[in-house]
Amino acid sequence: MKKNFIERLLPIFALLTWVFLFGIMLILFIEGTPIFKSVPLFRFIFGRHWYPVHEPPEFGILPLICGSLMVTAGALIIAIPFGLGCAIYLSEIANRAVREIIKPFIEMLAGVPSVVYGFFGMVLLAPFIQRIFHLSIGLTAFTASVILGVMALPTVASIAEDAISSVPKALREASFALGANQWETITRVVVPAAKSGIFASVILGIGRAIGETMTVLMVAGCCAVITPNFFKPVRPMTATIAAEMGEAPMGSMHYHALFAIGLVLFLITIGLSLIAEHFKER
Amino acid sequence: MLKFKKLGLLILIASFVTVYSSEARKRPNTLTITGSTTVLPIAQRAAEEFMESRPKVNISVRGGGSGVGIAALIDGTCDISDASRPIKTKEITTCRSKGINPVGTVIAKDGIAIIVHPSNSVKELSLDQLKAIYAGEISKWSEVGGRTKPIVAISRDVASGTFEVFKKLVLKGDKTKADALMLASNKAVATAVVGAPDAIGYVGIGYLSSDVKSLVIEGVTPTNETVVSGEYKIARPLFMYTDGKPKGLAKEFIDFILSKEGQKIVENVGFVPIK
Repeated sequence: MKKNFIERLLPIFALLTWVFLFGIMLILFIEGTPIFKSVPLFRFIFGRHWYPVHEPPEFGILPLICGSLMVTAGALIIAIPFGLGCAIYLSEIANRAVREIIKPFIEMLAGVPSVVYGFFGMVLLAPFIQRIFHLSIGLTAFTASVILGVMALPTVASIAEDAISSVPKALREASFALGANQWETITRVVVPAAKSGIFASVILGIGRAIGETMTVLMVAGCCAVITPNFFKPVRPMTATIAAEMGEAPMGSMHYHALFAIGLVLFLITIGLSLIAEHFKER
Repeated sequence: MLKFKKLGLLILIASFVTVYSSEARKRPNTLTITGSTTVLPIAQRAAEEFMESRPKVNISVRGGGSGVGIAALIDGTCDISDASRPIKTKEITTCRSKGINPVGTVIAKDGIAIIVHPSNSVKELSLDQLKAIYAGEISKWSEVGGRTKPIVAISRDVASGTFEVFKKLVLKGDKTKADALMLASNKAVATAVVGAPDAIGYVGIGYLSSDVKSLVIEGVTPTNETVVSGEYKIARPLFMYTDGKPKGLAKEFIDFILSKEGQKIVENVGFVPIK
């Protein structure tokens, strides 16, 4: 009887995730789309100037999109090799005792609040990067990438590790039986078998990096410019919303524009998840 | 019988509600303050200390912006309206038509210091030079008498009151150049300037420290004295508006802010005391 009741309750919880997702989407649409009445969609997405409180205001978010993509790409360059290396080492090479010690540390790394990372980046990493690269200011896309990379690392490492260790033991034994050594087994058998899980870990890592707000607000420098140079400050979308939402008068163009940025960010992450699903099925 | 009991209960509740709500509107011990988010920290801290010494008094402080505060004063939903700018002529007209006579009291000043790295040889700038730096027309320190290095301009984010003052008094309606850094707090700007020899930034005068050098602007050093006297130009008064001259609890509260103790709060939260 009791089990039955809980069993009946569970689908409601599952359904709630849908309710929340659609609720968020709905609000983003309702609050975000009014900006397109005054700024055409094309000019909003591809406009190169973001001057929300100037008279007349300009709402072009291309520099913000570029900023987000840049720091995310930079973060992945750090998080993927380190995260995968970590995952492979832990599940295939390390002995049990080492794994038991290292795994909790990775999880603790995931638990550090983002403002702490941001503070660390602002006070220690930015001056350091400024000195070794002879920059005029240390708050750059590169600085943000390094910190975001470290933040996304536990996500990539722990999910990839789960995927790799759930590869059936029989596959490894078969590989060894055919005369492959450990390295060949890892690169030719285990990793390809865990491909979909590893891909999911990367996508979730991207999600972690692109949605991160506090850290980039503190270390990216926040210049709304489009630059290919990783050693220049950039301004990601999340930092813009966080910095400006507090003072944007409710219902103003600025307010709707910030919601529209949220909508763009949301669509990008939804797109990423869909891509991930697509690749998983193949 | 039960019905009557229910009815009686309802009447009792209703009468309580009426008494309570009519009381709430003109309870002598409550004060509602709305308005400028710049003034908010002053009002908040002052209210806390004020209530500590007067346990019966209840002060609620809200932000919303100067315009919101003055609208609330017009609607009669607040007793004191905080404003980081003088009331506009249009707002005065609306006030008059509703029979409200807005009277402003200056409670503090908000001064903005221009800061550079202590190693920077530039000591002084004119307002025009400062504007040109932030608008992107001057991009090298050598153009204002310094070393041949590019200037890294650091601004506050557009949501801050500090940016608002800077935009009005320095940029005078011009745009900040796109590659100026926009940082989220006075502290972040100061930290960035401490670490960057070629940077220029601006912070509230309360955030000056010995780690940075403040520039002389139009021949005037930014200090509490020059801001109060009006000699230093990048500053603005902060107001509290009331309907008519402040009286009763509102007067007590404003007097408290103008007292030695209150002005200390003003200084502690980063603004310039006027007394």
